[in-house]
Amino acid sequence: MASQKEVLIDPIFNNNPIALQVLGICSALAVTINMATTLVMCLAVIFVITMSNLSVSLLRNRIPTNIRIIVQMTIIASLVIVVDEVLKAVAYDISKSLSVFVGLIITNCIVMGRAEAFAMQNGPWLSALDGLGNALGYSVVLIGVALVREPLGSGTLMGYEILPTVANGGWYLPNGLLLLAPSAFFIIGFFIWAIRAWKTDQVEEAEYEIAPNVQYKEAM
Amino acid sequence: MEHYLGIFVRAVFIENMALTFFLGMCTFIAISKKISTAIGLGVAVVVVLAITVPVNNLIFNTFLREGALAWAGFPEVDLSFLGLLSYIGVIAAMVQILEMVLDRYVPVLYNALGVFLPLITVNCAILGASLMSIDQDQTFTESVVFGLGAGVGWALAITALAGVREKLKYSDVPEGLRGLGITFISVGLISLCFMSFGGIDI
Repeated sequence: MASQKEVLIDPIFNNNPIALQVLGICSALAVTINMATTLVMCLAVIFVITMSNLSVSLLRNRIPTNIRIIVQMTIIASLVIVVDEVLKAVAYDISKSLSVFVGLIITNCIVMGRAEAFAMQNGPWLSALDGLGNALGYSVVLIGVALVREPLGSGTLMGYEILPTVANGGWYLPNGLLLLAPSAFFIIGFFIWAIRAWKTDQVEEAEYEIAPNVQYKEAM
Repeated sequence: MEHYLGIFVRAVFIENMALTFFLGMCTFIAISKKISTAIGLGVAVVVVLAITVPVNNLIFNTFLREGALAWAGFPEVDLSFLGLLSYIGVIAAMVQILEMVLDRYVPVLYNALGVFLPLITVNCAILGASLMSIDQDQTFTESVVFGLGAGVGWALAITALAGVREKLKYSDVPEGLRGLGITFISVGLISLCFMSFGGIDI
């Protein structure tokens, strides 16, 4: 039985849902243009995963196996509706800029994946911790990406100017590429590289061994 | 006619589901190691999107929209908060029905798509396209064209990535980037290429 601390801490770096399990990437890339929406998205995901893991775990002995996916879907969808309605009432602007991505938490594979892989086998307390841990792992990557994209892309952080842009009489010329879609892919790619350079056991096996170049004359 | 062509081209190239909106990324990265499987999954996504987007659009407009239930005598009912729950239900049901219909009438296609069909329920491109179509207040015909275009765009993107990855496995990649890391960077480059379609306007 895994200890509580392991269940909570492990997914943050050792078994990160985005960098290692390849789950839940969709929203990770799309909402990271600025910090405020990213934080709201992280909170929403933390709430949904923790609660869904908890509820699925509580119901795990009562759910018939062949309809479990539908039951899990219904639980998750109801939680997301709650989040969506609360966001619309409390922070309408942010909910507008997140647009469809709040709804897409339903199909965020982390939620389904954890419900299916962990909550169906473990008790409610451990499952809630596992959900929280995975959500935190997801948030770390998201916040990391937003931390690069917002300051370099538009010179602000949380809406406050930290690099005075040329348009406002400062010196920083914003790099427009960082506001576009491709930059998110590059940043996540480099993020994975950084994690794997640190935790070398996550490096994947090469499919082909490259033979060393012995005829060095050709290269000259 | 031109209007519909415009929606189609937009959905395929300019607002590509995978490369611009990052939808369906999990399957996109996981099932793009071989071109043949990528094409199979792509076709399945096209079929499911072309059916579910219009159906969800129809459901929203006939049952859920504010005042939509006037035909049943409830002009003041607004059920739009039930949207998410019904869309995901429709998608799951549609995939199930499609699986059974294909199994019964087109076994060849069923065998080709078999493994991928259940995966599609949790593909966010499907739910994402439905939500976008409703967000943009599309009419029924528009949503048919949009669903088809979004599917074709996604299929195109995953096939392109599979092509790149098939060649990539022979190359000498730095250790930490091997596998997932370099895949992300390749997707970034493909996405950069697709941005050059941005100027097309019909």
